[in-house]
Amino acid sequence: MAAPALPLLLVGLAVAALALVPLGYVLWSTAELGPGEAGAFLWRPRIGELLWNTTRLLVVGVLASVAVGVAGAWVVERTDVPGRGWWHGLLCAPLAVPAFVNGFGWVSTTHAVQSFPGAVMVVTLSYYPLVYLPTVAALRRLDPAVEEVATALGRSPWSVFWRVTLPATSPAVLGGALLVGLHLLAEYGALQLLNYPTLTTAILQQYGTVFNGPEATLLALVLVAFCLLLLGLELLLRGRRPRSRVGAGTSRVAGRVPLGRARPLVVLALAGLVLWALAVPLAALVRWLVRGTSAGIEGAELADALGNTLLLAVLGGLVTTAAAVPVVWLAVRHRSLLTTAIERSVYTASAMPGIVIALALVTVSIRAVPDLYQTMALLVAGYLVLFLPRAVVSVRGTFELVPPALEEVARSLGCSGPEVARRVTLPLVVPGLAGAGALVALAVSTELTATLLLAPIGTDTLATKFWSEASSIAYGAAAPYALALIVLSVPSTWLLARLSTRSDR
Amino acid sequence: MPALEIRALTAGYGKDPVLRGIDLTVTSGVTAILGSSGCGKTTLLRAVAGFVQPAAGTIDVAGTRVVGGGGRSVPARRRGIGYVPQEGALFPHLTVARNIAFGLPRGQRRNAGGVVAEALAMVELDPSLAARFPHQLSGGQQQRVALARALAPQPSLVLLDEPFSSLDAGLREETGRAVVRALRAADAAAVLVAHDQGEALSLADQVAVMAQGRFLQVAPPAEVYLEPADPQVASFIGHASLLPGEGDGAGRATCAVGELAVRPGHPGTAGPAGPVQLAIRSEQVQIRTDGAGTPGEVVDVSFFGHDATVRLRLDSGEQLAARTPADSVPHPGEKVRLSVVGEVVAFAGQPGA
Repeated sequence: MAAPALPLLLVGLAVAALALVPLGYVLWSTAELGPGEAGAFLWRPRIGELLWNTTRLLVVGVLASVAVGVAGAWVVERTDVPGRGWWHGLLCAPLAVPAFVNGFGWVSTTHAVQSFPGAVMVVTLSYYPLVYLPTVAALRRLDPAVEEVATALGRSPWSVFWRVTLPATSPAVLGGALLVGLHLLAEYGALQLLNYPTLTTAILQQYGTVFNGPEATLLALVLVAFCLLLLGLELLLRGRRPRSRVGAGTSRVAGRVPLGRARPLVVLALAGLVLWALAVPLAALVRWLVRGTSAGIEGAELADALGNTLLLAVLGGLVTTAAAVPVVWLAVRHRSLLTTAIERSVYTASAMPGIVIALALVTVSIRAVPDLYQTMALLVAGYLVLFLPRAVVSVRGTFELVPPALEEVARSLGCSGPEVARRVTLPLVVPGLAGAGALVALAVSTELTATLLLAPIGTDTLATKFWSEASSIAYGAAAPYALALIVLSVPSTWLLARLSTRSDR
Repeated sequence: MPALEIRALTAGYGKDPVLRGIDLTVTSGVTAILGSSGCGKTTLLRAVAGFVQPAAGTIDVAGTRVVGGGGRSVPARRRGIGYVPQEGALFPHLTVARNIAFGLPRGQRRNAGGVVAEALAMVELDPSLAARFPHQLSGGQQQRVALARALAPQPSLVLLDEPFSSLDAGLREETGRAVVRALRAADAAAVLVAHDQGEALSLADQVAVMAQGRFLQVAPPAEVYLEPADPQVASFIGHASLLPGEGDGAGRATCAVGELAVRPGHPGTAGPAGPVQLAIRSEQVQIRTDGAGTPGEVVDVSFFGHDATVRLRLDSGEQLAARTPADSVPHPGEKVRLSVVGEVVAFAGQPGA
């Protein structure tokens, strides 16, 4: 394999360096604080309470999400429940309601949710699709012949599920559980509204009162340690056993388990879940929207926030996708230790909650390039680091559509390097790149936590505007922003729902 | 002027050489490179195409030096060699017509209808396929379009890397014949990598047997089959059984199945004397019912329908494969008698010597 061109390598290294800023910041601030000082701060009842809160929410929230997600996926993919396509769409739909909007819906309906069980319920309803989606995809890919063989060997349907189906889909379930865990650790808006203090909400509180003191930094450290622990745990559980399908050939459509007399019960349970996850927050939204409209909506403010959001979304999508391309190109076409390291360094950010990334960029910019602080450029850089892992994953999938053999054939037919890119590679990857950019743009448009820290003063997005209204209990004024955020989340949710059920080609 | 001439070619990834001094001359027709997987045949093809930079040696294509000889290697795009990788690698975003026209000079691409129709006819495909996209074609059709695309710029040499491995058995034979007819019609020489020996023997004019980065033998199919150059080729190509024996230097050799006639080697030599290895092809071994011949026991039977392969253990412990007609297949464990008809090939020396 030829060595990559120097400019390409330099761009890749620059992207990797930016992506490593949060990790560097965490390591560096740990080194800077003496162990004595850190110990004294961390050994306090307040920290113990935060740790206990975070841990129990993490454990119970992840378990509940896995239970709901796996059960839903199995019912939709493997039983004869009526209206499977509809249920699939409805079970994915909560992904289109940002967790902080969901929290808003519940809190503005009843204050009973401002408790541990309430917090568990709201985060579970918001995040179970992160388990549901990969599990559906894994069940779809799982060759039903494997389950048929188990049945032929005399296993009951229940035993087949536990002994064959679940172990075979466990990487997907675990991956989903890891995502839920990372999201729970990073969640700020919903938990703040539910009045449930965790490490993340404490960091923002610290930041709000003493700006950028060592306390916020230390809490960020603990938070990152939590994330790394979670990643390690997932690696450990997943193990090294191969799970891939053995043998070629397309799998057939699976046979369905007849629900029999349990059918109405299952339908009722699904309906209840959808009602709880979607209908309650949406109903609250509509109620406040009606009341808010009667009080009059600030049209100019809404338009201003919408404009800012669109601008940031487009910028963030473009910049992030553009940065992902050289990283992927190096990793796919010039595989070496260095290029693999560049790709991996990008992924470190996926273990960093948005709040830590934002804190790192604030600190580094104030110390190193003060001119950047309080600029849109720094905000976009934050989005870049935050969403680069996602962009790299989808850009990589796109580039893998172009096997090297295609480019070799083009060269043997007389094409030069740029000609190969123009006539073969680009036409094949451009649609995928556009999709990757759109996904990032949509994620940017509903991002709250990092935006709160990084947005220049006076620059409001839909999310931050919603936040300032909702947290000052102006529910009616917050409702239009919440609606706009849901509308912005629908396309990516729809895309994810479609992708999970597309069979492998 | 040969279509392809390779001299002392060495190539490899990192330190391990994959090709260790390859010599090959392709004048015209189809040359099949045959060998087990990992022996270096794909690397050889990629070195000729220009995707692997050889460490040493020369390659000439139609009289033009493309590798070695002091100057820089000619880049792949200027070699004018048709290349058909495994599974065809059609451009998924282009129609069949635009795939075929891809390698034509820019000016001709616009009005390539004639060339496309001609190329499709050459690979025996219906002209109506021109508007289709690759995913709308069957595996065999994709393979033929890939060949049409390689032939359209009229190369003097076409390289095919296991072109039929992704096709099922019935389609493989039919597609193979169509590909060879198209290559002859286009008057292009071809180098075809195969790992199925039936495919190689039936399609090629010349077979090059490769192992561990070297050619063991390069010869027409019948010669490779009937006069293998060494025991490895004999057991690989003819599924011949190798038995130790003793040559008398006068055209006969003695082994566990008695005294056999040895095929004369180079003109004037009657066959080796002293310890030899005898290669006995399965169709030379006959199971007899008349009570004569060497006794043996049936180990197992592979029944193919048109005939069967029977593995036999001789009383001396050596094993031998025999091919028998479908209507007289013995059962495993049965005691039989066998004899060898025709001349066998003798290699001087014992295995490991």
